[in-house]
This record gives sequence, structure tokens and C-alpha cells, in this order.
Amino acid sequence: MNFTQSFRLALKSLSTSKMRSLLTMLGIIIGVAAVIIITSLGHGMQVYMNEEFESLGSNQVDAMILGDNDSSRHVDIEDMFALVERYPQYLSGVTPELRITAIVRHGADEFTRTEVEGVGETYYSVERNTTMEGEKLAKGRFLSYVDAQRQQSVCVVGAYLEREAFGGSALGKSLTLSGVPFTVVGVLDEYADVTEGSGDDVVYIPYTRAIRLSGTTSSEYLFSATSRETAPAAKGLVERELFKIFQDSDRYVVLTAAEMMDAMNTMLDLLMTILTLIAALSLLVGGIGIMNIMLVSVTERTREIGIRKSLGAKPKNIRWQFVIEAGTTSAIGGVLGIALGILAANLLTWILSMVLGSEDSFRAVPTLSGILVAFGVSVAIGVLFGYLPANKAAKLNPIDALRYE
Amino acid sequence: MEHLIEFRDIYKIYHMGDTDVHALDGVSLTVDQGEFVAIVGQSGSGKSTAMNIIGCLDVPTSGSYYLGGIDVSTMDDDQQAEIRNKMLGFIFQQYNLIAKLNVLENVELPLLYAGVSAEERHTRAVRALERVGLADKRKNLPSQLSGGQQQRVSIARALAGDPSVILADEPTGALDSRTGREVLAFLQQLNAEGNTVILITHDNSIAVKARRIVRLQDGRVIYDGPADDPRAVVQPEDREEAAV
Ligand SMILES: Nc1ncnc2c1ncn2[C@@H]1O[C@H](COP(=O)(O)OP(=O)(O)OP(=O)(O)O)[C@@H](O)[C@H]1O
Ligand SMILES: [Mg+2]
Repeated sequence: MNFTQSFRLALKSLSTSKMRSLLTMLGIIIGVAAVIIITSLGHGMQVYMNEEFESLGSNQVDAMILGDNDSSRHVDIEDMFALVERYPQYLSGVTPELRITAIVRHGADEFTRTEVEGVGETYYSVERNTTMEGEKLAKGRFLSYVDAQRQQSVCVVGAYLEREAFGGSALGKSLTLSGVPFTVVGVLDEYADVTEGSGDDVVYIPYTRAIRLSGTTSSEYLFSATSRETAPAAKGLVERELFKIFQDSDRYVVLTAAEMMDAMNTMLDLLMTILTLIAALSLLVGGIGIMNIMLVSVTERTREIGIRKSLGAKPKNIRWQFVIEAGTTSAIGGVLGIALGILAANLLTWILSMVLGSEDSFRAVPTLSGILVAFGVSVAIGVLFGYLPANKAAKLNPIDALRYE
Repeated sequence: MEHLIEFRDIYKIYHMGDTDVHALDGVSLTVDQGEFVAIVGQSGSGKSTAMNIIGCLDVPTSGSYYLGGIDVSTMDDDQQAEIRNKMLGFIFQQYNLIAKLNVLENVELPLLYAGVSAEERHTRAVRALERVGLADKRKNLPSQLSGGQQQRVSIARALAGDPSVILADEPTGALDSRTGREVLAFLQQLNAEGNTVILITHDNSIAVKARRIVRLQDGRVIYDGPADDPRAVVQPEDREEAAV
């Protein structure tokens, strides 16, 4: 008796009680669908983040100064500019990024959660129309070199202030930061969900102006390497320069965008693995369900087993018959689960695009590897949990099985 | 010459609570190739127990059983399965067809376990069904056949694998006397073709058709000889049995 015969026999036996077979498969169906949905979401997330990262500029190198920057050893902004000028083949620009605390007022309105950042003109790339954070300019212009040089009191506001403070016409109007008036020269596009404290609740001012306003100096510098390939070398240059200043490698951290992305991906992978394992738990439950039904089935079919044995079925024939039946049950459950999972992933993509309101935002894409693994695991679980009942059937004594009522 | 079947002092003892039931109580007996043996005896005398041991479906508590000169207790499960498959054909009182398989599939079963190819299985099963006159019912499920037809299917199944020994445990027990006689005629024909037939029956009119009768009582052989011997036929208990 070979595999296809056993397989056909299994299909036959499953089709004689379709409802029961379906209920048996339910655990596997749900488990596989959950694994597919989670891996699709994870993969979609990864694709989304990587695309975002490409659009931000994969050539970014981020230097953070740790601890007190105002002691005897400190970074002079001019040194950083000089570094860029010295290595034009590796570095194409740098901007300080300094977050200051300032109360934002417009008329009688006060915005306490607005993030106020001092940056240079390099923070925004005209060719790509995007800031290093990924925001796009909607109206007006971004901060210029001259703004920084002359410490102009100008600012670029996010979509939240544009809407909440200015009712959609911020350009040319003014707001105050810690009592000092600033003129709005640019407005950013919607970037997050345009709520208070979100990524849209920001004000960018020239870094020179921010330094004067806060009395501190910048502790973060965003370099642009000439390309993605030169980013690691650029990182080395920045590190060497910072070491010259601090003589202590614990005082600063320099990361390329690629490294940040890798760190994010690693985190995401870990998260996905944990979630997938949790989803896989339901596969285990499904396997136990299969074992349960197979045990019942073996008991119900004791007489059939006896007849088969009297006609010359070997223990291994009987074992195969039941193992394949269990495997087939879970395989069919796996296929149904995959279909359900793909359907759910597409539905999720659709819902997310409705909620986020943009076409090309986030897509939950089922991965081939996710599908193959889910299918493989479900078959393996069926075979594994089918083995015990199958073995019980195989070991039945022929005459006892034949006499069973 | 060595015997086809040889029981040497076979005991089968069931422990039922405090008491021991000696289903077989020291049975020694031989059957040779080509014989037609009827095993008779009152209910509970151990006929089925003996038959199940002959058919390698059950094992004796003690004693040795030689089949074709080989001690069956030395065979493993696979070898015994092989013997049942190739050498023995069973006909049961309750037919023992598999309900969800159709007639043809039921008859093909022994060939399936013998590893015969699909085509050959088909032709041999159809041929076996033709012999019992049921080839036209091949697509029917057992439940769609009469008792006599089902028994003929089970005979076809026993024949399909071309076994040399046919073991029939009260094959006519559930059939009317006419159908029973047909089945018996069939067994006689098989015996005439050279097969060994061992038949269990309650019915004296059937038993006397065998060439040899083995009578059991309380697990012991009380008569073993030609069917035409007066001691072979009716005993008072059997009449009572038949009346019940
Ligand atoms: N599995 C069992 N457990 C306990 N006792 C059993 C078992 N099988 C048979 N027996 C006992 O063994 C004895 C012989 O039984 P067996 O079935 O061989 O009788 P039989 O001659 O075939 O009877 P019948 O003509 O009614 O079929 C009986 O007393 C029966 O009760
Ligand atoms: Mg009996």
C-alpha cells in the first residue's frame, strides 16, 4: 500500500464526515491564518520602514554628544562645518539639531507640547523635497543659510500649528517663542496624524537663533555623506574628529542611517518572532484537537482495523493510514488557513489605507516563506499528533479489534 | 510429509475474575493440504477460538502451532500479516465487509496489502466477483446488498488473494438454508480445486458434506474422523442448540 492510496483513503474518510473534519481543522486554520497575518504585517512593516528610510536619505550619519557639552571639552559648530569642508568626497553637509524648550504662543493660544528645533539649511533637501526627518514642505520655503548667518527670527511650522493656530494661513504670520516673535516663512505637509504632540506639532528655527534663545549649544549633528556607500567612511571621519575633541569614546555615539535601520530591523524581527511563536501556540492547540479526534476515530474504527489486519494489513500499513489521515487533515486545514490569512492580510491593507488615507502607505504582504513555513508546520503537527493514535491502531491485537463492538 | 496445520497440545485460557475459562483445553490436531474439515460442537466449545488461532488472529496460552512446518510463535507481526495475506482467506459469519468501501474496493483489499498494482488488482477482484456472480454489483456499498450477497462478496474477497487455505467460521449461520447450500457448494468447489477448507458449522446437514469432522466439547477434541461415522453426527446438545 503506497502513499497515494493512503492519501486517497484519507480523503475519503475525511469526506464522510465533513463537519467533523472542518471542526478538527479549525485550530490549525486559525493558527496558520494568525501566522500568515503576523508575518505579512511584519514584512509590510519592514518594507514600509525601509522605503521610508530610503526616502529620508540612506546617506545620513547621526552624531550624538552624550553628557555635558559645555565643559572644557565641547564641540564647536564651526569645527563640524570645517570637517565637512575638509572631506568633500565623503561629507556633503552637516546641520546641528537642537531641541529647546520654549513656549509657543499665537495670540491667546498657548502650545505647550510643540517641539521647537534649531536646524541649519542642510536639514532640508530641495532636490528630494524632504527634511532629514522625512517631512515635506507644503508652502513657502525652508530655513536658509542666510537665516542662520543673520540669526533671523523666522520659522517653519508643522501642519498641526498651521491648522490649529493659524486656521490654514500661517505663511507670513507670526508666533512667539518664549515671548520672542518669529515670522512663519514655510509650512510643512502633513507627516503624522496632525494632533497635539505628534510629528506634525513642530517649529523649526535657525539653529543660531535656537542657541541664543536657549543659551545651550547643540548636542546632535546630522551629517550627510556623499552617498550611501561612503556613509561608513564618513562615520569614521566624524568619530575621529569627536575623539580628538573628547579623548573619550564614551562621550559620543555616531550612527549611520543604515545602522539605525539595522537596529530597527533587528528589533522588528525579534518582535515578529515572539508574535509568531504566540500564534504558533494555536497550531499546537490545533494539533491536540487532531490527536483527540484521531483517538476517537481509531476507537470507532477498531473493527475496520481488525478486518484490515485479518486481510493482511501490517502494523505499519495501519500506522501509515492514520498518520496520513491526520497529516491530510492538518494539510487541508493549513491550506484553508493560508487562504484565510491572505484574505485577512489584504483586508488589513485595505483598512489601513482607509485609515491612513494614503494609497502607498502600508501594505501587509504575505511572504512566500511565511506561507511555506505555516504549511510545513501544520502538516508536521498533524503527522506528529496523529502518530500516537496511529500507533495505538497499529498495535491493536487482530482478534480483539475484530471482536470489538 | 509435514502437515499443513499442526496443533500440539494447545491451551487457550481466559481469566475471568476468579475463574479460568479453558476455551481450548489441550487440543492436538493436524490438517493436511487439500482437506475439507468441518469443526463442530456446541456453543462455547471452543470452535472459534481454534479457528482464530489457525488464522493467526489469536495466540494460544500454551502449546505450539505449526503452520507449513513453521512455529507461528516465532513469527513477528509482519510475518503473520504476510501469512494472513498470502496463505489464508477468511469468511466470517458477520461478513466483515468495510461499510464505506464499495464491493470492488472490499474485494481488492487483500491485493492492496499484497502490493499488487492497481490494474491487476482490478482485474483479479473483478474475476473473483464473477466467480461468485456479483460482478455487476461492484459499485454497490455492502449496505446495498442482501445478506447472502454480502457473504458472497466476502467469499470473493477471500478468493481474490488466491490463498491455499480457506477458513470459514459459520459462513452460513446468518443465511437461509438455500443460500447456505449455495455457499457450501462453493466451498466444495474450492476444495475440489485443491484448496484446503476448514469450516465451522452448527448445521449437521452441512457438516456431513465435509470429508472429515472434528468435534469439540469444552475445549477438547471428542471426535476426529470421517464424516460418515455415526459418532460424527448429531449429539443431543446440538439438537437443543438448534431448537434454541
Ligand atoms: N475474549 C474472551 N474472553 C473471555 N472468554 C472468552 C473470550 N472468547 C471466548 N471466550 C470463552 O471461550 C469459550 C469458547 O468460545 P468460542 O468463541 O471459541 O466458542 P464457539 O465454539 O465458537 O461458540 P459458538 O458456536 O457460540 O460460536 C467460551 O466459553 C467463551 O465464553
Ligand atoms: Mg464461534
